[in-house]
Amino acid sequence: MRQRATTETQSHGGRHGSKPLCFCVSVVALIACLLLPASLCAQAPSQPAKGSCVECHSSFPAPTGVTEEQWAADIHAQKGLSCASCHGGDPKDASPEGAMSKKAGFRGKPKRTEIPALCAKCHSDGAYMRQYNPSLRTDQFAQYQTSVHGKRLATGDTKVAVCIDCHSVHGIRPAKDSRSTVNPLNVANTCARCHADAAYMKDYKIKTDQFAGYSASVHHDAMVVRGDLSAPTCTTCHGNHGAAPPGVASVEAICSTCHVFQAQLFDASPHKAAFAAMGAGPCITCHSNHRIVHPTDKMIGTGSEAICTNCHASGDPGFVAAGRIHDDLTKLDESLKRSDDVLDKAERSGMEVSQARLEEAQGHDSLIKARVTIHSFQPGKVEQDTQAGMKVADKTYQAGLQALAERDYRRKGLGLSLITIVAVLIGLRMYIRQIESRNQSGGS
Amino acid sequence: MASPPEYAAQASLHRNRVVRWLDERFGWEQLLAPLRHKTVPVHKLSYWYFLGGMTLFLFMIQVLTGILLLLYYRPSANEAFESVQYIMTQVKFGWLVRSIHSWSANLMVFTAFAHMFSVLFLRAYTKPRELTWLSGMVLLFLALGFGFSGYLLPWNTLAFFATKVGTEITGQVPVIGKPLLVFLRGGEEVTGATLTRFFGFHVALLPGITTMLIALHVLLIQRLGMSVPPGQEAAWNALPPNKREMPFFPNFFLRELMAWYIALGVLGVLAAIYPWELGAKADPFVAAPAGIKPEWYFMFMFQTLKLIPAKVGPIDGELLGILGFGFAGLVWVLLPFLSGDRYSRRHVFIRGLGVFALAYMLGMTIYGYLAVPK
Repeated sequence: MRQRATTETQSHGGRHGSKPLCFCVSVVALIACLLLPASLCAQAPSQPAKGSCVECHSSFPAPTGVTEEQWAADIHAQKGLSCASCHGGDPKDASPEGAMSKKAGFRGKPKRTEIPALCAKCHSDGAYMRQYNPSLRTDQFAQYQTSVHGKRLATGDTKVAVCIDCHSVHGIRPAKDSRSTVNPLNVANTCARCHADAAYMKDYKIKTDQFAGYSASVHHDAMVVRGDLSAPTCTTCHGNHGAAPPGVASVEAICSTCHVFQAQLFDASPHKAAFAAMGAGPCITCHSNHRIVHPTDKMIGTGSEAICTNCHASGDPGFVAAGRIHDDLTKLDESLKRSDDVLDKAERSGMEVSQARLEEAQGHDSLIKARVTIHSFQPGKVEQDTQAGMKVADKTYQAGLQALAERDYRRKGLGLSLITIVAVLIGLRMYIRQIESRNQSGGS
Repeated sequence: MASPPEYAAQASLHRNRVVRWLDERFGWEQLLAPLRHKTVPVHKLSYWYFLGGMTLFLFMIQVLTGILLLLYYRPSANEAFESVQYIMTQVKFGWLVRSIHSWSANLMVFTAFAHMFSVLFLRAYTKPRELTWLSGMVLLFLALGFGFSGYLLPWNTLAFFATKVGTEITGQVPVIGKPLLVFLRGGEEVTGATLTRFFGFHVALLPGITTMLIALHVLLIQRLGMSVPPGQEAAWNALPPNKREMPFFPNFFLRELMAWYIALGVLGVLAAIYPWELGAKADPFVAAPAGIKPEWYFMFMFQTLKLIPAKVGPIDGELLGILGFGFAGLVWVLLPFLSGDRYSRRHVFIRGLGVFALAYMLGMTIYGYLAVPK
């Protein structure tokens, strides 16, 4: 815990900013290109430049300490930048006074408010960045200025996140590196370092349960459990450099970037206008925002777990429609389970049912489609999908029954064959005895 | 209406006419004469004599069911799996034919191994039966070749990767390994060309050679008679009146027939209760499934190769394993020429070697199946 706290201290200069020197060393990498003219950056050799800075600072304790290993892992060091690229000074000078002299251009620790602009000197320079990665975006600073973080920083609030809070310092790895703090797998934890800290967020009067909610969500499950890096994390919905909470009006636009069909169906549904009139967010009203759990068929309908009953009361058309949709989904689901069971049984008996399995997949597809179609909130449309699935499920169920009947037929055939074989064996044995006794009596 | 004795008399008359007709044309009676005089020694180990005949019976089942499968099987990467699927699901009794073919193949390899070990332990490989042993060993290797080539034919995932691994091992053989690998695969990789090639080996080349060798093997047995274990032979030589024999035809033949019927029953039970699985169609572009294993009769070699370290001194571990098995196989084939006469003391050592080989094969096979895949 002590070590972790130390690390946080390093990367959260603003949070724990009582010691100005904390930053002096901790911004080295990220500021690399900003304080220097592009010509200096452009001299970048392919090997990490080793100067006098690390020789001393590697023996210092945190936060001014930077080990050689730590610096060597930094993408800036790997691209050939040096401490002086951000902090100025002369790393070739062996004496501390010379290396960190004003004459040599030493700038020391940049202020938190200066950091985004410092990073932007290189990272917003398309021509300069092209030499390292032609596809890397260069609008991070512009986006940052539109974010809540950027706007608050402009007003002098140094507690908000700046580049180094998310990307770390002196060990900055590219986002595609799974050890990076901004790798999709780690983004939620990075955001949670501030946003789940109730004491730190107290002044902003916003909730701090987002990370707990996200951790219980289907999106987190997809990302962390199934390892699907395309699954949404904080930045997918909120933006990364331009991070801001989406307004109610834009929620649907955000969700629909992935859930296209659901959004199209919802737009054409009666709920579109009704939710707008209530001032309720289109998707989040039913699915929540951060705690988006895996939806079940029980969410729709008139049961105790159904969310439709939050607005619809018994007797109104919406209540009836919800009931019908739930019944159709349940029927198809049960039919597919029945078909699955019988095909499993046939398979366990050694029967070849791969063709039926292939067809059954279409039934499962119909159920998935119906679960999407419910966003139209029209029972007739949902029924079309469920009926298509029911036909398939009935057919594959019959195929399973036929396979079991065939299995029984084979076993009966086997029984008869074995009886015949045993009869022949007995006959042969008797015949052998007969000829051998005849030979013996003939011989004697 | 004729009475039963009259029927029997008429049937016998017809039979005699047919026999006479054949005899007049190519000396049928003369051909059968050796069989009529052939005898089989009767002693407490006589039941081991059934194993050779049992292997022959299973080979005949293979030929028969193989011909039936050929009516529907299509040897190409695009159609092989689907054609076997069609045989298993659509063709009347196709499932039975394929399952019996697959089970019978495995039983045949088992009885061939059992036959080989019985011959070894009963010391039946010594002079003058060296050629019988030699032809039998080649037949055993051919049975393994049948298994290896036939395994790929359904073109399913397991078969595909097992063939890939198996041919890769072949490629490790010094000097001829690489050309042999390319020859077996029909190229650098396992593709449809490999399937077509294996099909050719399985239905033409191997059956042709096997049939000729079986004829030679049976002819040699016919010429040399059944071997009697040395202990029994010595006892009979000491007390000739105790020697017991039975005519091969019909007494032994009918008993063999009973054994064949039992084998047929076992095949029926296996095919009906455990139809041979088809699996999923081979996809060369997906990763090999975890813990892929060869057929059980290759498992002891596969497991040994897995256990040998990558390097043993300056030599590649896998190469060492292959050379070791090659050397052991060569020694095994040449046993009759290395063991001296029938009563040589070397046979004690050879029996010990046989027990070790059997225990090693069994142990490694069990270990291979129980080992957790990494």
